[in-house]
Amino acid sequence: MTDTKVQGIYLDNNATTKTDPLVYNAMIPFFTEYYGNPSSMHDFGEPVRHAIDRARHQVAEFLGAEHDDEIIFTSCATESDNTALWSALNAMPERREVITTAVEHPAILDTCATLEKKGYKVHYLGVDGRGRLDLDEYRRLLSDKTAIVSIMWANNETGTIFPVEQMAEMAKEVGAQFHTDGVQAAGKIDIDLKRTKIDMLSFSGHKIHAPKGIGVLYLRRGTRFRSFMHGGHQERGRRAGTENAPYIVGLGVACELAKMHLPMMNDTVKELRDRLQYGILKAVPNCFVTGDVENRTANTVNIAFEYVEGESILLKLNEYGIAATSGSACTSGSLEPSHVMRAMKIPFTSAHGTVRFSLSRFTREAEIDRVIEVLPGIISELRSYSPYWQQNKPSMGEFDPDYKGTL
Amino acid sequence: MWDYSEKVKDHFFHPRNAKVVEDANAIGDVGSISCGDALRLMLKINPETEVIEDAGFQTFGCGSAIASSSALTEMIIGKTIDDALKITNQDVADFLDGLPPEKMHCSVMGREALEAAVAQYKGEEYVHDNEDSPLICKCFGIDEAKIVRAIKENNLKTVQDVTNYTKAGGACGSCIEKIEDVLNRTLAEMEGDAYYKNQCEHVHSHAEEKEIAVQTPASDENVPENEAVPFYQAVVDIIERMKPALAQDGGDVVLKRVTPDRVEVELSGACTGCMMTDMTLSWIQQQIMEAIGEYIQVVNVGTSSHH
Repeated sequence: MTDTKVQGIYLDNNATTKTDPLVYNAMIPFFTEYYGNPSSMHDFGEPVRHAIDRARHQVAEFLGAEHDDEIIFTSCATESDNTALWSALNAMPERREVITTAVEHPAILDTCATLEKKGYKVHYLGVDGRGRLDLDEYRRLLSDKTAIVSIMWANNETGTIFPVEQMAEMAKEVGAQFHTDGVQAAGKIDIDLKRTKIDMLSFSGHKIHAPKGIGVLYLRRGTRFRSFMHGGHQERGRRAGTENAPYIVGLGVACELAKMHLPMMNDTVKELRDRLQYGILKAVPNCFVTGDVENRTANTVNIAFEYVEGESILLKLNEYGIAATSGSACTSGSLEPSHVMRAMKIPFTSAHGTVRFSLSRFTREAEIDRVIEVLPGIISELRSYSPYWQQNKPSMGEFDPDYKGTL
Repeated sequence: MWDYSEKVKDHFFHPRNAKVVEDANAIGDVGSISCGDALRLMLKINPETEVIEDAGFQTFGCGSAIASSSALTEMIIGKTIDDALKITNQDVADFLDGLPPEKMHCSVMGREALEAAVAQYKGEEYVHDNEDSPLICKCFGIDEAKIVRAIKENNLKTVQDVTNYTKAGGACGSCIEKIEDVLNRTLAEMEGDAYYKNQCEHVHSHAEEKEIAVQTPASDENVPENEAVPFYQAVVDIIERMKPALAQDGGDVVLKRVTPDRVEVELSGACTGCMMTDMTLSWIQQQIMEAIGEYIQVVNVGTSSHH
């Protein structure tokens, strides 16, 4: 184990982030000191109630929501996503169609698969080689049968940003509700919901330096809604269950910090991301950036390395204490490359060799330089083992077993 | 990162024989880049003695694919090709102190490359069936076509039946819902098709005959110390439960001996030598371990009648 491993270079911030110490400190009193139930009328409940009100305001400010009561606290973005889809279908039973994309997070895709089993029609918008949607196709799919459109604001694997504001306006023309999974956009894109037609937005705290286990569903006033969790009257009857007060307080602080750091994200973090990207592209032959390079979140770069397999790359990086992630089949326990890479039709020579680096405001230049220093050696070593790579260049024609394996 | 053993990590970070064998006289190529793993195994076989004098590999794949290739070359150098062919993918996994269940297919690839190389050396053609049907159970590599066939031919009614017959869903369990889907679809299809039903009953009675045939050797008597083992009955029950699955593939399992730390079985018929022999063994092992709640070794003591 090297010294760098002990310190660790964390470039997997699209998976989850470090809780900011300021967030953590703000939460502490709400475990042992202000532990009252915010629904209680006595003096134990009151300060907690006020703290939650304050957090709700911080979140509303962060999202540019017009009213604080448009913020519903949930357990995670997955819960928010589920709530949004089911709510629209339950509130408008005469509309039985959903439009989404082929590159959504499983929180949406798996829910849609369940909806299909229950007889709903789900349309999946495809993407082009750069991961972009076809808005003409989208327009053709919209109809008075559409209950809800759910489009992620930014893709988790490539960072590609979708034109959700424009798409929300198009959905409104047919009377459909519009939901966006904003998990990867929050804290990276300047979100101002009051200026959009977006009805619902989901995001989670742990992607913006709050802890895991807290999420938000933004619900525009006037949007027809059916709750997902039934029980008490919390969150104005829209999400039952005792409020997770310490985490809500933490999320409020995290949102305030994220808003404050937004310029830095599109400035310092973006510069580091670009430094990493160009450093790798310059030093490693046969690799390219996936997704919409011109239009993606500032912290994300996804690079496809030809003729190497992603899990091997991650294992080698991990040995240097560098954490990243891969769309390779082997890292997910499945046998196919990620659905995002398949949807973009990444060439099969590199579909198993994609690596995502995602930075945060805690990423430092020395860390990026360390990655640029070690990665070329890792790739060339792995290629030296590969039957598809001989004498420092691809050799696809020479190695072509007629038997393609059992799997 | 995956739960890789130290040995897997060692063979991944320091692979042995990751090289081109210049004077190789046997080469086995398997896999494909679109599947995510591929392997070229190169052997230098002494034509007089049939001893593998040198071996090298080139692997495109994940950590365990590279480690398995490395381990295989270490295991076969110095062996005759006949002895080398006795090495199973479970042996490769054991050599590496085990592989995560999702990664067992990586060790299968090495074994296949070895067979392909030997076939090439002997001037035979190496063929392998390769069905194009969606994969349902990733752990055992069972595809939808195989599950549908098992359901239809054996009139299976529950997911547990499917697992018993095909092993699908027997390891990590994450495909249970998919199996349920396949089962429901197939049952609905069978119900609506009277013609098929007739066919099916025909095949079913055939399968039952087979089942009866293989049950005979189960009342094996050369098992003296067995009853003394507290979990003996549990092992007997598990083996009995698995017989239909094996019989369906033309194979059989006979329980030979149970000791407190070891279960000896004899796999016969189509089971020996097939790629999944060791999957079968590890499946038996897992079932027994779950039943008795402790680690136990399961070994195949059958006389190896390789195909």
